[in-house]
Amino acid sequence: MHDGIKEQNGHRLASLALVPRAAGLATKDFKSDQEVRWCPGCGDYAILAAFQAFLPGLEVPRENVVVVSGIGCSSRLPYYVNTYGMHSIHGRAPAIATGLATSRPDLSVWVITGDGDALSIGGNHLIHALRRNVNIKILLFNNRIYGLTKGQYSPTSEQGKVTKSTPFGSLDHPFNPVSLALGAEASFVARSVDSDRKHLTSVLRAAADHQGAAFIEVFQNCPIFNDDAFAPVKDSAGSGQLIRLEHGAPVRFGPGGETGLRFGPFGALEPVPVAEATPGSLITHDTSLADPSYAFALSRLDSADFARTPIGVFRSVDRPSYDSLMAAQIDDARARGGDGDLAALLAGGDTWEVS
Amino acid sequence: MTKQVQKLDHVIIRFAGDSGDGMQLAGDRFTQETAVFGNDLSTLPNFPAEIRAPAGTLPGVSSFQLHFADHDILTPGDAPDVLVAMNPAALKANLKDLPRGADLIVNTDEFTKRNLAKVGYDISPLEDGSLERYNLHAVPITSLTVKALEDFDITRKDAERAKNMFALGMLSWLYGRPAESTRNFLQAKFARKPEIMKANLAAFGAGWNFGETTEAFSVRYEVRPASLAPGTYRNITGNTALAYGLIAASRLAGLPLFLGSYPITPASDVLHELAKHKRFGVRTFQAEDEIASVGAALGAAFGGSLSVTTTSGPGMALKAETVGLAVSVELPLIVCDIQRAGPSTGMPTKTEQADLLMALFGRNGESPVPVIAAASPSDCFHAAIEAARIAVTYRTPVVLLSDGYLANGSEPWRIPDIASLPDLSSAFSFAPSLGEAAGGEAAANGDGEFQPFRRDPATLARPWAVPGTPGLEHRIGGIEKADGSGTISYDPDNHDRMVRLRQAKIDGIAAGIGPLEVDDPDGDARVLVLGWGSTFGSIGAAVRRVRNAGHSVAQAHLRHLNPFPSNLGEVLHRYDKVLVPEINLGQLALLLRGRFLVDVISYNQVRGLPFRAAELAEVIEDVIGHA
Ligand code: SF4
Repeated sequence: MHDGIKEQNGHRLASLALVPRAAGLATKDFKSDQEVRWCPGCGDYAILAAFQAFLPGLEVPRENVVVVSGIGCSSRLPYYVNTYGMHSIHGRAPAIATGLATSRPDLSVWVITGDGDALSIGGNHLIHALRRNVNIKILLFNNRIYGLTKGQYSPTSEQGKVTKSTPFGSLDHPFNPVSLALGAEASFVARSVDSDRKHLTSVLRAAADHQGAAFIEVFQNCPIFNDDAFAPVKDSAGSGQLIRLEHGAPVRFGPGGETGLRFGPFGALEPVPVAEATPGSLITHDTSLADPSYAFALSRLDSADFARTPIGVFRSVDRPSYDSLMAAQIDDARARGGDGDLAALLAGGDTWEVS
Repeated sequence: MTKQVQKLDHVIIRFAGDSGDGMQLAGDRFTQETAVFGNDLSTLPNFPAEIRAPAGTLPGVSSFQLHFADHDILTPGDAPDVLVAMNPAALKANLKDLPRGADLIVNTDEFTKRNLAKVGYDISPLEDGSLERYNLHAVPITSLTVKALEDFDITRKDAERAKNMFALGMLSWLYGRPAESTRNFLQAKFARKPEIMKANLAAFGAGWNFGETTEAFSVRYEVRPASLAPGTYRNITGNTALAYGLIAASRLAGLPLFLGSYPITPASDVLHELAKHKRFGVRTFQAEDEIASVGAALGAAFGGSLSVTTTSGPGMALKAETVGLAVSVELPLIVCDIQRAGPSTGMPTKTEQADLLMALFGRNGESPVPVIAAASPSDCFHAAIEAARIAVTYRTPVVLLSDGYLANGSEPWRIPDIASLPDLSSAFSFAPSLGEAAGGEAAANGDGEFQPFRRDPATLARPWAVPGTPGLEHRIGGIEKADGSGTISYDPDNHDRMVRLRQAKIDGIAAGIGPLEVDDPDGDARVLVLGWGSTFGSIGAAVRRVRNAGHSVAQAHLRHLNPFPSNLGEVLHRYDKVLVPEINLGQLALLLRGRFLVDVISYNQVRGLPFRAAELAEVIEDVIGHA
């Protein structure tokens, strides 16, 4: 990932425009002295390692990084990262991070959440943080299960899931987190996999280079309560189930990359052998489209059996962030009327003298 | 025509009409004229929760009561001396409060068969003699307004709408109010609609002239200005005073102000007011819900803002978990609860004091929170500054209790000199980066590691270490923390110690607040009346009546509900009887009995309205009689 930095050569990542710069930090600087306490084999370890290794490349002083989480297995992560951090309340991390990022543009603010935390109890905060486009980066560790409470189905569990709370199978239809984020007007939406360090790092970097809210779903394995939930994707090197999205590149997948995508009659994307496609009908990936319809169609390729699962950046469009708009309103008011005068404020309106 | 002028020392006027009749505006303007004239005053707006209940019905009645006097007064008054009823519904809803002989001004145009039927009048009360006990002034206000405006290029509807200005003009003449401020107000309000502006000015003038020239009013009244302490005055509502107090606190502390809020009656006006003041660097965040609003405030507090959330009872219930987190992570946070009648949705536009126990105890675990209450509309300003002082000094959430009566009621306020306000910047400092200052070293352990939960020995406050400070990187959260280091701890003894430390920190706040002052001018009172919050005015007025009747009675009022002033127990034990009037079923009384083993006498009403001073005076005299 340090190669990426060299390429950038002086370019400041978009979300860090107002954050101080510091070079020379290493992965070890971002490791706290706390013993990591996830279950052996938990996907959270890999994500934590990727995150800690990625942070030095931001060139942000440790003290200007804040990691905010909710409640759940993944939400323990801030304790293991030697920056400022808050392990808050179930579901509320996006709200807390909103207040912090809105009042402190000099910070790089990361939210760590899970499928229960972000999509069940905290669903409201997630969608509103995304639509407002607050300058926070949200990592949703999706293991499709409640881990910390020992194995109940979650809002991303497949229908019919047998768990302690659903001995006859769950009845709920699951959320597709990427579709949800796109529907919530997110300006940056991506997906990655815990076991693919390189891909995860590139997606984290793209998120940091986005001014505004960034949403990243990370498929995360919970070996204890939902082992191998993402096995089809992980074993997919040759099976062709994974669709790796790259901005500006033709979408190709399947054995030998022989399959592409084209739009069907009602706007859905459909796979088609490249050899059989009419020239010009095949999709070239574009993250910058203002209209989210294409990104949404991509997200709908996903299904319970992972027959076709896109990973990478679905959408990345420029939209002024909430915090910068708020700061601009304040600057503007001060430019026009000067800094507030307390005595004048208190004496505003109709006054009278008593002598 | 010269009219007789009668001198009065005080008057209580109630404007009542349909919620679409503009009675709140007429009341507001009359208040402003009265304030500028120099009377002391107190107001009580009373409006339906519905934005536009069906026209002409009882639920749609909106009223505004104003008490003004040539001396200092404490309440908006019990019973009106004058009722302005703009329709049959307004008459029916308010007549029971009107004493015999009071002036009753009725808009006869609205007493149509249909409007009478809507509120169950078979015969018009104007015709059946039932209003004979009042001094009735029957005025066709609507048609007189329309007639006065017939030369204007406006719709009939717009002309009718100006009838509140006609009524205001009439009342302004009747009480010799200065008209200038209302003229200025109308010119500013309708600056972009010149024809409407001229029409409203004309309606106001027509009402004034009507009073002067017709037989309807034979007497004009005079209420001389009150002799108030010298200074510059303005009229202010509780919600505006609260917003100003928060801005002042931000300036006094040198911290940026962050408000997270979600619209809720009767607290929304604080959000509205603060949203105007961007020049003070105020950040207002209208969140997706109550939980997010307090969450964002807590996030901003972590970042070093003076953070506030404003709400009413139902919102308090939703914020409880985050307030508990603020207790656990020990960050400053001001939680303003503008109480309203509950439970549940209750009566959103009516006042109550029934959130006291929720403020103190409405969280899981041992979760102590300082609680303070404002006593009058203008006192909300000082209460906000005190809440901020406690929050930043002790790094704790603070609940500030106001209520619907204070929020919307108004009174003249002597504008304070900025220099007289407390300096909050000396109450706290952000923790310095490690090694940068001696204080930084003090916050580190032997290995030079930052100790986010090492406490100041005097206040027991932990360091406020804001992100961006090198060397103080630390993680906080709702899980129990080890004393000092702040790392996660499930150690039984540590938990016991931390629970007690958090409690001791809040209890220690009492050392920084003055003793409870007791007003006992005769010095021989055997009965103490103890109140808190918005009952200050009614209790004060009642105590005055009792003293004027020749009895001795002591009065004290609590600003701090948690912790209590340290001399409270001693004060309670000094009197034979302690009467505690509250607009709830005895919440302070419960605390006093529990803490001090004093069998206080609890007097309670929960009618959605402030106490009436006369009733309260009877209760006090009754207690004195049995003392
Ligand atoms: S329960 Fe599952 S998600 Fe939680 S720590 Fe263990 S393996 Fe990881």
